Amino acid sequence: MRKLGAMAATGTVLALALAAWTHQPPRPEQGGGTISGKVKFAGTKPAMPKIDMTEEPKCKAKYQGVPTEETVVVNPNGTLANVFVYVKSGLPASYTAPAPSGDVTLDQDGCRYHPHVLGILVGQKLAIKNSDGILHNIKAKGVKNRPFNISQPTNMVSERTFTAPEVMVPLECNVHGWMHAWLAVLPHPFSGVSGADGSFTLKGLPPGTYTIEAWHEKYGTQTASVTVAGSETKTADFSFAGK
Amino acid sequence: MTKRAFACVVVLITAASTPLTAHLSPLTLQDTTRGKAVYVKWCAGCHGDGGAGDGPSAAHMLPRPRNFTGAIYKIRSTASGQLPTDADLMRAIDEGLPGSAMPAWKGRLSDGERRDVAAYIKTFSSFFADTSQHVAALKFSSAPGGGTDPSALKEGRRFYEDSIHCNKCHGDEGRGDGPSAPTLKDDAGFPIYAADLHQNWRFRGGGTVEDIYRRLRTGLDGTPMPSFSDLIEQKFLTDEQLWRLAQYVRSLSPPGAPEVRDVIHAPQIAGTVPVSPDDSVWARVSRYWFPLVGQVIRKARWFAPAVSGVWVQAVYDSKTVALRVSWDDRTQSPDTAWLKLEQRILETVAADDSAPPLQAEPWPDQLAVQFPRHIPDGMERPYFLMGSETDPVYQWRWTSRPRKSVAGLARSIERFDTLPGALAGEASFDHGEWRLVFTRALATPDTANEVQLEPGRAIPMAFFAWDGSSGEHGSRMAVSTWYFLALDRPTPPGVFISPVLAMVVTLGLGLVVVRRAQRRGAARAGV
Repeated sequence: MRKLGAMAATGTVLALALAAWTHQPPRPEQGGGTISGKVKFAGTKPAMPKIDMTEEPKCKAKYQGVPTEETVVVNPNGTLANVFVYVKSGLPASYTAPAPSGDVTLDQDGCRYHPHVLGILVGQKLAIKNSDGILHNIKAKGVKNRPFNISQPTNMVSERTFTAPEVMVPLECNVHGWMHAWLAVLPHPFSGVSGADGSFTLKGLPPGTYTIEAWHEKYGTQTASVTVAGSETKTADFSFAGK
Repeated sequence: MTKRAFACVVVLITAASTPLTAHLSPLTLQDTTRGKAVYVKWCAGCHGDGGAGDGPSAAHMLPRPRNFTGAIYKIRSTASGQLPTDADLMRAIDEGLPGSAMPAWKGRLSDGERRDVAAYIKTFSSFFADTSQHVAALKFSSAPGGGTDPSALKEGRRFYEDSIHCNKCHGDEGRGDGPSAPTLKDDAGFPIYAADLHQNWRFRGGGTVEDIYRRLRTGLDGTPMPSFSDLIEQKFLTDEQLWRLAQYVRSLSPPGAPEVRDVIHAPQIAGTVPVSPDDSVWARVSRYWFPLVGQVIRKARWFAPAVSGVWVQAVYDSKTVALRVSWDDRTQSPDTAWLKLEQRILETVAADDSAPPLQAEPWPDQLAVQFPRHIPDGMERPYFLMGSETDPVYQWRWTSRPRKSVAGLARSIERFDTLPGALAGEASFDHGEWRLVFTRALATPDTANEVQLEPGRAIPMAFFAWDGSSGEHGSRMAVSTWYFLALDRPTPPGVFISPVLAMVVTLGLGLVVVRRAQRRGAARAGV
């Protein structure tokens, strides 16, 4: 009986470890409040410049038509993608983030970054992947974090970590001047990026009143104040306007 | 103790302690209060009072002065993104950064002043006070031997072009003309040129194989140049292969930095002079390097010349002189691929306090060779900057588009009047290098305006260059001072015989004297 109990305990620990390991990006503890919403887009959708990939036939071949830059991506439902939404302030002083588990992957595929906007925890590994198999360099231009600039001339993965919270660390490739990505380094896991439907969700928040910031690379930032208690879900919608 | 005596003691102590501190490693940097005084006096003009690289002179410079507030340094011995060591900072201060406006301060400032100012520079960023920052020089291996062997260079070339693809920015032949070159920016968004690898004496961190290897390992932070250390760790290439790459890059520049000599010696050749810049004759003729600097005397001034110098060769036959000028220029201007870079350069480099930034235009490349109208008897020459109203200069001018060469008289930067006399010019462009040959008769009918090129005379000569794709035109140009062209007369046989005769006579006389002295000594010994 004792043996069984021990096995069960080991199993649970293993299962938990596995669960923790597969969570990507790491999720806060279950329970807590949720903030979700949509990022709407109003006004004129700007035309994105076309990217001339003539110099890189391997990348060019990955597209049906002519790829465009991703500075402003407006979804078919009229929402705005690639908006980074996160808890800017309001966490209790006693809050400690869970230890980072698992890597965050940034892929260079078709001479573009995937994802274009992403979040990472302080100390968490960023796996920088070159799926193109052609020369890229990846340069991080943080101000609070030390920068780096490394060469990836082939299919490979390089890892780097970040030491200080910073929104945003610009990432770029200098071989392909159109390649830009934005990395948010946070001391907590409460963040999300608006996707193909313009929605985002921040889960597992301790009770409190938070300043939520929505960041867009062209349209800047907006904030909202949201109070959550228990395990309730609150809505915070944002709207950016084309200029 | 009097003040003077005290000063003497201080000097003596300093002198005595110099060799000692030179051996201290890591360098102990000094007093930030004294460092501030040095900084304000000598550094702030470019780097700014707050160290943000925004002093009053900064707006004219490309590359811009370092912004110390981010603690991001190009020339380091540390891994990509890490802070520099104290020794790295001292090296930049002591030796300067070749190819930029940063001079070497060793010899201008005392050892103490240089260490003080380095300590002060570190106060501009909190990163230096952050004890969690890991500042350690990378462990560098030594260069493997055989670095100039064809097999080593071939392997280095393979990495340059097929494996690491240095050519994407630095170009197929290394003159900084790769397809990504026109898009490059530094971290502050300023335009930045991919280095011309044929001019290692202008490499910021030094031009030796070791320097180049270190730059490959560390990268140049704040610029598009990445670090290749990860590739060794990931076994994409070996450390030795990275050395081969460094050795290949080194091989693109001459063995030594070009020496600037005052006189171009042109040999007389049998037959007729070559009119083509790619004629095989040129491979056998000495070439001379003449540095160019920005035109900063007349408005609109230009502080960031794109052409750093010209290589010049000359030969002549019984009737004609041929002058070959070659220079590195990333573009065959006008080139639409570089128009955006040109615009960024014009927006970045302030030409004058008054002039607003220009709109980029498809300017051609240009080169001018300048002579006085007459070979002067003394050292008096016309004003080097394109003559004057009363004493014009005779010039040969070439433009890339329309492709033509004309001779004429310049009376100032603004005024050039063509002359009808015949001047031929033939140019070729190859992977970031212009090669241009001017040919003209030694003697011409218009002796009033056209210099008569007489063998055996010192003929004053000066050079001007414009890179259209860097926005250069008119007074925005690179200039040289006066040098000389000498059409060497074939040496008459007497020149070789007379020294030999003189030596024989001297030897004979010497023998006579020695013999006489010996005889006298023998006679005295006999007494």
